[in-house]
Amino acid sequence: MTTEARGIAATPHEAFAEHDVSAGQAFGFWLYLMSDLVLFSALFATFAVLAHSFAGGPTGKDIIHLPYVFGETMLLLFSSGTCGLAMLNMYAGRRTPVLAWLAVTFVLGFGFILMELHEFRTLIVDGHGPDRSAYLSAFFTLIGTHGLHVASGLIWMAVMINQVIVKGLTIPVQSRLMRLSMFWHFLDIVWVAVFTVVYLMGVL
Amino acid sequence: MKKTHDLTHPRKPRSILSFFLRMMCLFAVTFLGGCSEMVLFDPKGPVGETERFVILTAFALMLIVVIPVFIMAYWFSRKYRATNTKAPYDPKWSYSGKIEFVIWVIPAIIVTCLGILTWNTTFRLDPYKPLDSAVKPITIEVVSLDWKWLFIYPEENIAVVSEVVFPADTPLNFRLTSDTVMTSFFIPQLGSQIYAMAGMTSRLHLLANEPGTYAGQNQQFSGFGYANMTFKAIATSPEHFAAWVQEVKKSPKKLDPARYRELVKPTTGYPVTYFSSSTPDLFNSIIATYHDSSHEDSGAMDGRHGSMPNTHSQQGD
Amino acid sequence: MFGRLTLSAMYHEDLIVMAAVAGSLAMGLALVVMITYKRKWTYLWTEWLTSLDHKRIGIMYICLALVMMLRGIADALMMRVQQAVAVGTSYGYLGPDHFNQIFTAHGTIMIIFVAMPFLSGLMNIVVPLQIGARDVAFPFLNSVSFWLTAAGALLVMVSLGVGEFSKAGWSGYSPMTEMNISPDSGVDYWLWSMQIAGLGSLLTSINFIVTIMNMRAPGMTLMRMPIFTWNALCTSVLILFAFPVLTAALAMVTFDRYMDMHFFSNTHGGNLMMYVNLFWMWGHPEVYIVVLPAFGIFSEVTPTFSGKPLFGYTSMVFATIAITFLSFGVWLHHFFTMGAGPAVNFFFGFATMIIAIPTGVKIFNWLFTMYRGRIRFTSPMYWTVGFITAFAVGGMTGVLLASPPANFVLHNSLFLIAHFHNVLIAGALFGYFAGFTYWFPKAFGFTLSEKWGKRAFWSWIIGFYLAFFPLYALGFMGMPRRMLHYDNPAWRPYLLLAAAGAALILFGIICQMIQLIVSIRQRLANRDLTGDPWNGRTLEWSTASPPPFYNFARIPTVHGIDAFNDMKEKKIAYRKPDRYEDIHMPRNTAYGFINGMLAFVFGFAMIWHIWWLALFSAAGLLFAIIARASDDNIHTTVPAAEVERIEQEHYRQVSAYQRSARQAQRRKFSGR
Repeated sequence: MTTEARGIAATPHEAFAEHDVSAGQAFGFWLYLMSDLVLFSALFATFAVLAHSFAGGPTGKDIIHLPYVFGETMLLLFSSGTCGLAMLNMYAGRRTPVLAWLAVTFVLGFGFILMELHEFRTLIVDGHGPDRSAYLSAFFTLIGTHGLHVASGLIWMAVMINQVIVKGLTIPVQSRLMRLSMFWHFLDIVWVAVFTVVYLMGVL
Repeated sequence: MKKTHDLTHPRKPRSILSFFLRMMCLFAVTFLGGCSEMVLFDPKGPVGETERFVILTAFALMLIVVIPVFIMAYWFSRKYRATNTKAPYDPKWSYSGKIEFVIWVIPAIIVTCLGILTWNTTFRLDPYKPLDSAVKPITIEVVSLDWKWLFIYPEENIAVVSEVVFPADTPLNFRLTSDTVMTSFFIPQLGSQIYAMAGMTSRLHLLANEPGTYAGQNQQFSGFGYANMTFKAIATSPEHFAAWVQEVKKSPKKLDPARYRELVKPTTGYPVTYFSSSTPDLFNSIIATYHDSSHEDSGAMDGRHGSMPNTHSQQGD
Repeated sequence: MFGRLTLSAMYHEDLIVMAAVAGSLAMGLALVVMITYKRKWTYLWTEWLTSLDHKRIGIMYICLALVMMLRGIADALMMRVQQAVAVGTSYGYLGPDHFNQIFTAHGTIMIIFVAMPFLSGLMNIVVPLQIGARDVAFPFLNSVSFWLTAAGALLVMVSLGVGEFSKAGWSGYSPMTEMNISPDSGVDYWLWSMQIAGLGSLLTSINFIVTIMNMRAPGMTLMRMPIFTWNALCTSVLILFAFPVLTAALAMVTFDRYMDMHFFSNTHGGNLMMYVNLFWMWGHPEVYIVVLPAFGIFSEVTPTFSGKPLFGYTSMVFATIAITFLSFGVWLHHFFTMGAGPAVNFFFGFATMIIAIPTGVKIFNWLFTMYRGRIRFTSPMYWTVGFITAFAVGGMTGVLLASPPANFVLHNSLFLIAHFHNVLIAGALFGYFAGFTYWFPKAFGFTLSEKWGKRAFWSWIIGFYLAFFPLYALGFMGMPRRMLHYDNPAWRPYLLLAAAGAALILFGIICQMIQLIVSIRQRLANRDLTGDPWNGRTLEWSTASPPPFYNFARIPTVHGIDAFNDMKEKKIAYRKPDRYEDIHMPRNTAYGFINGMLAFVFGFAMIWHIWWLALFSAAGLLFAIIARASDDNIHTTVPAAEVERIEQEHYRQVSAYQRSARQAQRRKFSGR
């Protein structure tokens, strides 16, 4: 499987024939991920600027429970691992393990989302919602944007599980799975940054 | 077949030249006719004078590039038009190291010169930097409202709306804030403008060389009444200023909290109004309203706003 | 049921607005009637709206840009007239609410809905042809991009009649855009139209980076690409890295408004300066996004009409790359007066001045391309020379503004307005017009009327000078921007001149509309039979005009810069391939159009707080995306025989033209 983007075709015939769609799709998706990184950077920068704008409301120490966040992190980290296992099985062409590992990844990711929703709900019920202060607005938005991405990934994953069942591991399906796994790992990396900047630095 | 394109007989070059000359004359006349109105070129203070110097120097330096461009554009168009078969035609020529060198290096030198000028004047004209003067400065607190300007004189304990009076040859230490959206305080004939923003203090230092009445305005769009948010900046002799302060002190109006709340209401074309006294520390209390009681805020900013490195020590005043 | 939308939103006290709405509806209705009368709905649907052909999508982009330009110019004219009369005791004919919407709409429309679609359209038509490709990398995404842009434009048009537009300026500074200051639908229209169109642009950038990096013809290394393609690549990189910042900034304003958050509010710790920074972190690259394609166009037009290769190809490429990088490091020059301190101000000011160096290099490179050439003064060349001179002034005033002390007295004055219109009109727009005229025959198969093109040019350039040079003077006189009314009578003569200039520009646009009508009428007489009406140098001119939907039956092999000129010199242009092969092309699909319309509905629903409709359209979008992603039958195959038939027809035309040209040549020399 090639992930390298090819520039010019080696021979006219090669260009004449259909170009390698998957490589182009992977490259294009990679570019999208870079743009998403810029989006997150803007959110991180805003969070940094507003990190102490508590406006009389709660500070990081008041709202952050590190063990809980550690649990979320483990769920997401393991889901990246299981996603990797799904991909390895995909390259080997083994359909059922792919489905199994995708399902596990889904469950772990869904667990992450549930934990995050619970955290948000608790904060809002306590009056520490995003409308309380600029710090909380940035807090909810940065974490929530990441969560929205994860939720979208879960929907995508469900669709892919269905496609693997219905179509099998065809080339287009494999190409889509590859991009999904890129997305999933990317979200994990962003989470590491969120965990560090928002949670760890919030209580230190 | 109908000939619709006549690419070999463009408009005659001579008539293009005369056209451009005529246009330039028109512009020159228009511009020069309005020269006296170009207050940026007729500054009445040291800040404005330095800024004029920067504008004219930068303009002159840029002409080193712009004039050759105009000359070449005209000359090349004329000489190398397709109908002029006498001109040399070099269809293979597309590189010259010498030309490349010149077109990269000369602008780089100009930019370096401009950079040096900019470095010097940017630091010299930092709005937050007090002006060099033997005369004792006067502090004026400025609050932008919808759609008027409030001037508080903390030392004289008076306040004025829509007009600011000060002695000439005296450094003016403005401290500015806003009780509405972002605005920009600007007296064009004296020099720099600065934004006034809610919950923050910005500073501006100006000086008027001679007595006179100067137009003042809001230079940052702020809504419905923006166009009418003008004020007069009047520089007087020190004696006249003292007399004016006394006159203001005779005003029956006082800027108490109730009065201030009425001022805050959105109005346009607010008349010049004198207040013989104002609530103590009104300026800081206006800023404080934008911050809840918390010590950890990036809120009340004195000297520099919190998101940029603080390059100044606090000015005591 | 309808959120906060009520019938009163469609009633406007202002007669001008009602007239504009009536006029727009009438024009729309006339268009619908005409299409129905000519029975072209099926044709429109199958050949255009559902097309994934980059050439068709490009043409639709440009149509959108030209239509929106009419609205933008109307706004401009209204402002000029108002400022020409509203002095002293006279308050003109526009109230503050209306005037403030007009300048906000003018800026938003011109940047997001004229410049962006225009450059996307030109890139779409030209880049795949220039690199010898059959289409862009992601044809479906291309269609989605267009329809998202159209959705944004539709929202702006709807805002004319339903509700109102934003009154906070096209830059939408906080806290003016906050709910407590602007509670009505205006800011929301601005937010959603920009956000949706921005997404379209982002997808376009991904498309073109992959296309240019992956799909070049054999032998076309990066340093053999046409400069327009280079500039398209750099523009796309700028879009890719700049637009997400705008997405974030607009999203945060949206959260402030919809969920009472406090990113940029005055209270609760909000920081309005963060908005200013984020907006301009996008805003400055945006202006280079708008101008780089124009520079690319000039780099194509000048060599073609000078009969010489571009001077300094390598330094052109490096200058463009330098501009791309540097443009991310200058954004603070939009708010020197916000009090950042001299060190920070100096850094950004100096960085801005440095950008002038590669820009200047480009201007000299174009001039030296003309030097010792044989210059044919077609209307694209007129636009080019007009640009070179006027843009030099605009660049100069930009460097002037880059110096913080000068900026302190010129910021937000009409000097600033004159500067950026100088570079946007004489820079970007003249470039687009040159490109439009230059590539029109490629897109449609016949050339535009040169006579009307030149009339349009003279009206535009004289109108431009007349409309904006007085504004430079007014800046020196201390007049601020966005002024509904003023008291200083000395400003009036200049504003009258500016209004006259605006009227002349309007006349220029009328000339362009006449040019289109006349050219369409005369199209048979001005047919481009060979595909190469200008004796062009790059690969797009090797195809028929218009090219077949697959562009190239045989992908060419490239041996150097100016590949087609190379082929013509070696006498191997128009050589028939030894055999033809089946070609796989993407099928048309309605999903691009559907996604765009669902995005429009979503935006409208969000603006008016019709939550059920927002949910419904969002779900629809999700289903449409999943449905398309699950469809594996998205290609169609054109049999080799069909390709051969199309190609043979083209070769016949070329041969016939060459034969008659040779006969005309012989007749000329024999004196008959």
